This record gives sequence, structure tokens and C-alpha cells, in this order.
Amino acid sequence: MTFLDFLNFHLVPGVVLGSIYAVGAIGITLVFGILRFAHFAHGDMATLGAFVALALVTAGLTPWAALPVAMVAVALVAIGVDKLFYDYLKARPKIMTVMASLGVALMLRAVVQVVFGVDPRTYATGIVRPDDYFGLLLRSRELYTLAAVILIVVGLTLFLRHSRWGKAMRAMSDNPDLARLSGVDNRKVTMLTWAIVGALCAASGFMLGINTELDSMMGWQVLLPMFAAAILGGVGRVEGAVLGGLIVGVAEEMSIFILPAQYKAATAFVLLLLILLVRPRGLLNGKVL
Amino acid sequence: MALLDMQAVRGGYGDADILHGVSMTVGEREIVVIVGPNGAGKSTAMKSVFGLLTIRGGSIVFDGEDITGWAPDRIVQRGICYVPQVDNVFREMTVHENFEMGAFLRRGDLSAAYDRIYGLFPDLKAKRRNLAGDLSGGQRQMVAMGRALMLDPKLLLLDEPTAGLSPKYMEQIFQITRDVRDAGVSILLVEQHAKQALAFCDRGYVLATGANRHEGTGQALLADREVAEMFLGG
Ligand SMILES: Nc1ncnc2c1ncn2[C@@H]1O[C@H](COP(=O)(O)OP(=O)(O)OP(=O)(O)O)[C@@H](O)[C@H]1O
Ligand SMILES: [Mg+2]
Repeated sequence: MTFLDFLNFHLVPGVVLGSIYAVGAIGITLVFGILRFAHFAHGDMATLGAFVALALVTAGLTPWAALPVAMVAVALVAIGVDKLFYDYLKARPKIMTVMASLGVALMLRAVVQVVFGVDPRTYATGIVRPDDYFGLLLRSRELYTLAAVILIVVGLTLFLRHSRWGKAMRAMSDNPDLARLSGVDNRKVTMLTWAIVGALCAASGFMLGINTELDSMMGWQVLLPMFAAAILGGVGRVEGAVLGGLIVGVAEEMSIFILPAQYKAATAFVLLLLILLVRPRGLLNGKVL
Repeated sequence: MALLDMQAVRGGYGDADILHGVSMTVGEREIVVIVGPNGAGKSTAMKSVFGLLTIRGGSIVFDGEDITGWAPDRIVQRGICYVPQVDNVFREMTVHENFEMGAFLRRGDLSAAYDRIYGLFPDLKAKRRNLAGDLSGGQRQMVAMGRALMLDPKLLLLDEPTAGLSPKYMEQIFQITRDVRDAGVSILLVEQHAKQALAFCDRGYVLATGANRHEGTGQALLADREVAEMFLGG
């Protein structure tokens, strides 16, 4: 195998998959850091986002134009889910919210299955040939995916670093009691967090759908790699989630060098176990779980 | 009339009372210290002023207004700021961001407020881009005080600001506390270093098992035989 083959058939797909994981993992890490629970409905929220985009594409929008609309829609769904379910449990032990999120996951998936059926779907039919960039083979959807991920990560980072409410979110993640003493309204931060998390879910689901295909289990199947990515990077750390996502994505694509292809999905699990054993706070020193 | 007037306050975190009738006052531009053994309820008494406690009796009047049972965010807006005993900075935020969070409720131009804070804590000016969690204990305490002062309170509540600090830092924190008072802020503080604190405060209260035990000027309490034997190590 030449170096170019390695890039084209392993590294590029790994980076594309990894950046999709990264977007999902950022959402997971924000929920972990600010709301302090493991959000098991994350994957199915991504599925929902992918299918909302499909509905928009069916209605005539181009896929990439459908993305922002789907992000807004799922942001609203996430806020609604919080108000309808998680909000009632906030004074209870967090494990209850975790379990509730599992229920929400099943509900969202059922809605998708009822509305869109259980057969695999795609945004566009036909085979897309990659373009040749000096031997490097890239499809335009892969370039758009990478560009969108960079845009999302940079935008979110700037928001968290410099805006008033971004700082409030970080403060809430850092020291919730002190944030409250400083006059930060917990309800507003919670709502904002869900809006961002919902939008990120939709983005990751859409990008997964456009680079592979859509089906009602797609989000559930990437939940483990996304959690692995968030924990690998360090819980609560956005940069960590990006790093973790890329590592998990690339590692999955590389795993076929040492494992039979059907074990690809186990890679994330192995990475998760390893990091929890060796460095439970993750590569960038996140919160203790 | 005193700025803060607490009368016979009873209350606790859950169903059990921890304070069994605590009374104290803080006047304008006064430094008042609370001392007492561990678990006496010093922090709890301070938290009751800040609305972090279920109050079941007594009253808390601040600046002529009854604030008993108010929520902390309302109390903050009314002019009381609180520096908790532990976890009192945002560790993963920079020094300057900590100050920004302190001023979260304040709109408009804050440059005068920042000038004032960096004037009080000149050491922090060079460290404004450092993460608060990376600073030394004494500097972190200064960040915590600075964060609380950003809202320009009338009354500052400080819970053990010198805990775990070297004597040099302790002196510095006391000096800053005086500077803050001279800038017009009244101060109620809990202190573990009872002797030094009583020597530097205007008045003091000795609490034990959730109730007032002694009170008086710092000098009088230092001179009191019983207080000395019980709490100051002879
Ligand atoms: N958050 C809380 N919930 C329930 N009980 C508490 C809480 N904080 C303190 N207590 C209890 O209240 C009592 C008084 O505690 P408090 O922290 O006020 O004492 P303290 O005088 O500040 O002691 P120290 O010198 O150790 O800081 C103790 O018995 C303690 O166990
Ligand atoms: Mg205490």
C-alpha cells in the first residue's frame, strides 16, 4: 500500500468520521460539564436532526441549506425535551435524569421510525466520484463536512471565550455554586446549553447521514464512540472533545490493520477502557466523573 | 442604625436548626469578626445573611430593609457580596474573567471598577491572563475578594480569607481588608486566626454551638480571660 492509498482510504475517512464524532462529543461534554449527567439521548437527537434535514431536502432544499434549519429545529426540540422531562428531575439524584434520557432516546427513535420508516435513506442518489487533488482523493461532501466542523468549533470556542453568556456557561461548568452567587441565572444557562447541544446533535447527525446513509439506528450506533471521544478528551473540555473525536475516528479506520473489519465498532470501547484505566480525567484533564 | 442587624436568627440547612438564636450587627465602615471553634456555626451564620439557609426565626435587616428569607441573587443586587470559605474562584477561568463574572449583574462601562480592583490587588494585574486555579493560595484569595467587590457592595462577607495562608499573606489580606473598609465597605469576616483577627478588627463575636457566646471590641475580647482560655489557646 502506498502512502497515498493510506491517506485516501484510511486517514481521510478517519478524519471525516472523527470530526463528526467531535461535533457529537462537544455536545456530550457540554451536558456533562454544565448539567452534570450522561445524556444517552444524544445519538437519537442526532438521528432526529438527520431526518429533519431529509424532510427539508425532500421539500426541495439542498442538503447543506437544510443543515442550519435542522439545527434550529433540533435546538428547539432539545429545549422542549429538557422542559418536559429533565427539568422535573433536577432536584433528584442525577442517575434519574440519565435514565430519563434513555427513555427520551427510545421515544425520539420511535418518532423517527413512525414518520420516516425503518429503511435506509440518503440525501441524494447516485455515486459521487471524488476529486483528485495531487493524488489526494476528496469528495466535495467531505470538504464541506470538514469546513462545517471547523466553522462550528471556531464559532463555539469564540462564543464560550468571549461572550457574556458563553462565560456564564463556563462559569456554571467550573463552579456552579459560585456562578449562582455571582447572579448567573441557572435556567437561562440550561436553556442556552440545550439549544447549543441540540444544534450540535443535528449537525453531527446530518454530516453522518450525508457521508454514509440515514437510518433510524444511526445515532444510537455512534453514541459509544462519541462518549468515548468526550471522555478521552476530558469531560467538560471542548478542545478535548475535538481531539478525542479525531482520535476515535482515525483509530476506528486504522483498526482494520490489526483487527478484522467487523470489530471496527469495538475500537471506541477499547479506547474508552484504556483511558479510564490510565488517565480517567482524559487527555486534557477534564472533570472527575 | 447599624448597616446589618441580625436578631435571634434560628435556622439550618435541612430540618434541624444549626443556628439557635444568633444576633449580631455590623455598622457602616466597620470590620466585624466572628470567631469560635470548628463547627460552631460561623460559616452558617454568615450564609444566613446571604440567604443560603432556611431561616425559621429571628430577622435580618440590611440597610433599613428586612431581607429575611430573600434569595441570594436579590441580596446581591441589594449590596451584599459573599466570598465562600472554599471553592471561591472559577479555577478554569482567568483572573480577569473571574472579575468579569463578579460583575455579571452589572451593565455598562466597568473600566472604573477594574481600575479599582487592580488598584487594591496590584499583584494580580500582571496575572490577569492566568487561570485562577494556577495561582498561589493567597493570590487566589485575592481573586475571590476581587470578584466579590466587582459589584461594589456595601457589605462584604468573607469566610476565612486567610485559611491556609502564610503569615506574610495573612498580613497582606488583613491590610487589603482595611483598604476595602477605608473605601467605604463594611466587612463581616469569619476567622480561624482568632488572635490576629481580634487584634485587627473593630468588634468581634464569639460563637459556640450555634449561639452567641461573647461579644465586644476586639481588644476587650482579647483581654477576656474566659475567651482567651476557651478559644485563643490560653
Ligand atoms: N451544607 C450543609 N448541610 C448540612 N449541614 C451543614 C452544612 N454545612 C455545615 N453543616 C453543619 O453545620 C454545623 C456548623 O457548620 P459551620 O460550617 O457553620 O461551622 P464553622 O463554625 O464555619 O466551622 P469551621 O471552622 O470548620 O469552618 C456543623 O455541624 C456542620 O456539620
Ligand atoms: Mg466555616
